[in-house]
Amino acid sequence: MNAIPVTDTRLSKVAARDVNVFYGQKHALKHVDLEIRANDVTALIGPSGCGKSTFLRCINRMNDLIENAQVTGSLMLDGDDIYDKTIDVVQLRARVGMVFQKPNPFPKSIYDNVAYGPRIHGMARDQSELDEIVMNSLEKAGLLAEVKDRLEESGTGLSGGQQQRLCIARAIAVAPEVILMDEPCSALDPIATAKVEELIDELRENFTIVIVTHSMQQAARVSQRTAFFHLGELVEVGDTEQIFTNPQHPLTQGYITGRFG
Amino acid sequence: MENVATAAASSQAVAKRLKKRYAAERRFKALGFGAIALALGFLGILLVTIFSNGSTALVQTNIRLDVTFDAETLGVSPVNPSADELLRANYGGVIKSALSKAFPDVSGGQRRQLYKLVSTGADLPLRDKLMANPGLLGTTVSVWMTAGADVDMAMKGHVSRKPGVEGNRLTDAQLGWLDELEKRDAVTKKFNTTLFTTGDSREPEQAGLWGAVVGSFFSLSVTLLVCFPLGVATSVYLEEFAPKNKWTHLIEVNINNLAAVPSVVFGLLGLAIFLNFFGMPRSAPLVGGLVLALISMPTIIIAGRAAMKAVPPSIREAALGLGASKLQMVTDHVLPLSMPGILTGTILGMAHALGETAPLLMIGMVAFIVDIPASPLDPSAVLPVQVYLWADSPERAFVERTSAAIMVLLFFLAMMNLAAIMLRKKFERRW
Amino acid sequence: MQLLTLMVVLLLLTAFGYRLGRSRALATASGNPRLLHSLPSYHGYYVALWCGLPALVLIAGWLALEPALLHWMVMSSLPVDLQGMADERLALIYNEVRNVARYGHTPSIPAVGEAAQHYNAVRHTMFISVALGALALAVAALAYAHRRIHADMRARNQVEATVKVFLVLASTMAIFTTVGIVMSLLFESLLFFRHVSLIEFLFGTQWSPQIAMRADQVGSSGAFGAVPLFAGTLLISGIAMAVAVPLGLLSAIYMSEYAAPKFRSVVKPLLEVLAGIPTVVYGFFAALTVAPFIRDVGSSLGLSVASESALAAGLVMGIMIIPFVSSLSDDVINAVPQSLREGAFGLGATKSETIRQVVIPAALPGIIGGVLLAASRAIGETMIVVMAAGLAANLTANPLEAVTTVTTQIVTLLVGDQEFDSPKTLAAFALGLVLFTVTLALNVVALHIVNKYREKYD
Ligand SMILES: Nc1ncnc2c1ncn2[C@@H]1O[C@H](COP(=O)(O)OP(=O)(O)OP(=O)(O)O)[C@@H](O)[C@H]1O
Ligand SMILES: [Mg+2]
Repeated sequence: MNAIPVTDTRLSKVAARDVNVFYGQKHALKHVDLEIRANDVTALIGPSGCGKSTFLRCINRMNDLIENAQVTGSLMLDGDDIYDKTIDVVQLRARVGMVFQKPNPFPKSIYDNVAYGPRIHGMARDQSELDEIVMNSLEKAGLLAEVKDRLEESGTGLSGGQQQRLCIARAIAVAPEVILMDEPCSALDPIATAKVEELIDELRENFTIVIVTHSMQQAARVSQRTAFFHLGELVEVGDTEQIFTNPQHPLTQGYITGRFG
Repeated sequence: MENVATAAASSQAVAKRLKKRYAAERRFKALGFGAIALALGFLGILLVTIFSNGSTALVQTNIRLDVTFDAETLGVSPVNPSADELLRANYGGVIKSALSKAFPDVSGGQRRQLYKLVSTGADLPLRDKLMANPGLLGTTVSVWMTAGADVDMAMKGHVSRKPGVEGNRLTDAQLGWLDELEKRDAVTKKFNTTLFTTGDSREPEQAGLWGAVVGSFFSLSVTLLVCFPLGVATSVYLEEFAPKNKWTHLIEVNINNLAAVPSVVFGLLGLAIFLNFFGMPRSAPLVGGLVLALISMPTIIIAGRAAMKAVPPSIREAALGLGASKLQMVTDHVLPLSMPGILTGTILGMAHALGETAPLLMIGMVAFIVDIPASPLDPSAVLPVQVYLWADSPERAFVERTSAAIMVLLFFLAMMNLAAIMLRKKFERRW
Repeated sequence: MQLLTLMVVLLLLTAFGYRLGRSRALATASGNPRLLHSLPSYHGYYVALWCGLPALVLIAGWLALEPALLHWMVMSSLPVDLQGMADERLALIYNEVRNVARYGHTPSIPAVGEAAQHYNAVRHTMFISVALGALALAVAALAYAHRRIHADMRARNQVEATVKVFLVLASTMAIFTTVGIVMSLLFESLLFFRHVSLIEFLFGTQWSPQIAMRADQVGSSGAFGAVPLFAGTLLISGIAMAVAVPLGLLSAIYMSEYAAPKFRSVVKPLLEVLAGIPTVVYGFFAALTVAPFIRDVGSSLGLSVASESALAAGLVMGIMIIPFVSSLSDDVINAVPQSLREGAFGLGATKSETIRQVVIPAALPGIIGGVLLAASRAIGETMIVVMAAGLAANLTANPLEAVTTVTTQIVTLLVGDQEFDSPKTLAAFALGLVLFTVTLALNVVALHIVNKYREKYD
């Protein structure tokens, strides 16, 4: 019996094999093997500092920006090595979008916020195509009804929850395959959180989603699969139901029952 | 009993001490306030002195004379003289005869003194008048003419008009003529257009600031063209791209130290490198602008980096997360957001460059230059150097003109600082 | 003028290249930008860079070489009898040739007139060939870049790499400037020390740089003992610091500890105005108002005061420096943690006791750093002393007498036209080297202290 259940590779969107991350001397992520299935929501849980964000930022190489960060092992996106020399990070990040913990809209109009990605990737042939992409993305992010009369107003003028959905709209406007979300609801109130959670569930149809969360309930509500990290190691991964009802590892059990963390 | 007494005594002592301590407190506070008052008082005295000295330079004494455009005196043909003839005609003679006519009793020996009432530069307006309207030839017209500097000073009360009093530069006869002219209502003060439209001159009443203003404009243009792109590029590199290594550290240390190098040393650099090594022209705004650019560069870089630092990292992450390249992140987000700060820093740097004097003396911008420069390669003065040059001139009339030049300089500086403040106010952003 | 035209043509060509690159990129992707690796505009920039950069480099190279080339070609065409002359004469002749050629002055000898014509002809030919060469290069590079465009070309990466090279080059400017300063000061100073020994310069007490008219005259090489200048500089800076430090420090204390925010928001900018006024204005004010005032006060007290007294210059300089001291001290005082103050208040100290016994001692290192920075300002300040201090190199500690300073002498030695290699002009560079070294040392020490202090409370 393997500690990590072997998954159906045909469905795997992102595959991590023996991924290690070092920040200078600090070994922040240790020998992580993890498959992320297409069109699933995968939740990453674990106590603070266990390396969830680190793993997430490996997938779209945001770690490149940290000067002393070093990544070893292999990470595949649809069979392409993410850390291959020939990979253009810019194109990679167009395929793997990201939503951050704090809503960070550009201090530009709502329209321009969403249109920025399509513009830099040359996704629209003309203005009407761009309009269409923007409207579609806002619609998918469940924001269109609230903002359609004020597309020219600044994105920073929206409420926190709206801002976060704007950031989601902005991410999906680039038509990524995977969307990474790092505690997307931690700055939101319960109502806004509920809306975003609902949205995540809808987005699953078109995108593969990886979400970091500190809320067990949230992980249980939105995800199909859950991975539990501890001190830089992946302790256990499995179907969400199984992890929450029948965890294999005592650490997992301890964490989800609230005994530590 | 005894205890109560000592307690009373000690509480009395405490009260006394307390009183002393509070007195010390008040003294200390007053001292601080006094220091500020002293500094600002000095600022007030400085400005009041300059403005009270300089404001009189805004007007210039004029004398009205009945001038006859006599063809013979002018030395031109009486009918249809050519433009060339008119250009070279003897207008000084016309003025002299007009003066002699106004004071017919003046004997030959005193004539020279009489002629000094009117500026030696008064002939040019006459020439322009006649050339614009040749029909005036042979007629007599009443013309206001610029008075000589000594007359001007006497009229403004800067030197005494009493004969024999110290500082009086007019002779008794000249003072008498002046009184007579005043009685005839032929003396007045008019706005001093010369000061704002001409170049430098040895004669105070003919000296103007325009050449220096144009020179300053050319110098600052060169400075801006060099400084802004290089300064912004350096800030972008250091703030967004540079790895944290020895080389970057060296650059940063260099910039910080350059900001504190005395400006006169930059003048030596300009002299040795730009003039002697590269053979660039002396006194040219081009070289002045380059030297000023080197001086202002650290200011702009430091302001630019501060402005870029103020852009929150989350904006950068958002852009990169969408697949923007680093350069796109900079040009699309960081630069637009930090531009108000960069511009504010640039304006302040330019204002500083506008007032800079010493390094320009080194590269020969102290030459006496009458012509208005037509390009950054022409020899030219700049405003602060003009102040320095005039301040060095002994004539009383140059004192007020120096102050006026300072007023103009301060006016430009105030405008630039105001622009910077407004920019900062308008785009102030709290993240 | 011609050069301007050439640049405009090149610019137009570059703009054309941009459009060409853009449309070609779109065409290769049959109008769908999604099929391109980079946005069409990057292909445009790619072609434009290829078109503009090599030609610009060529023109810049020519601009750098032109004077030397012209000099060589014109001088070698001079009549043989002229060519045999001494170097200084030749330099004068070349200067005249240039003036005749450029500004149409009348030549003093016919040979110069001919040389001027030759000069203009050579210059014209060179310009035409360079212009044609640059344009040909631009067109060829444009064609080359244009052909390379295809959908998968990483135009963005290449354009960005070029921009990054520019950024790196720009950031090395600071280093080049420093190197330029050090080299020019060192080089000229070394020439100076061939005439005057270092010991004499640094320790001599006699300064009279006038070069004698006759070789046999006494002191024919002038005297270059800089001690009176150093002493004068120290005297005036000392007076300035004696004014600026107490006033600046007290202002800062009042503003950060006592003043209401409203008072602060009005007074602080007003104090900064003192720092924004050009030094030439202070110089004028010192010479016109302050110096006569001090002299009058002095004579009414029965003291004889020089009309260009060190006191006047130092006083005005001190006022100018107040804002430096006050704003630096302000920062430092504000950085003292509130908890320290609260500790003192908690023991029943009054505000001034807290400030004097707790805040100032805690802030002292930072304040000292600020004072050192201000001192380096004072030492390097030029215009005030040029206009208000004299040229008399007196070795005195009496602030009522006239003294001269290092910066004053640098300016005086170099203003006016004299030949560049005399000890007199070279002395200015030696003085500049001393000035640079001293201010740099002061700054490094000051910054070190201030940074140490910041770390302590961050
Ligand atoms: N830039 C960095 N430099 C050095 N160490 C880092 C850096 N970023 C993260 N770390 C370290 O790596 C480990 C993992 O950090 P990470 O941010 O991935 O944790 P996390 O699981 O996301 O925590 P949280 O739930 O608090 O967000 C931590 O111990 C952290 O201190
Ligand atoms: Mg995290």
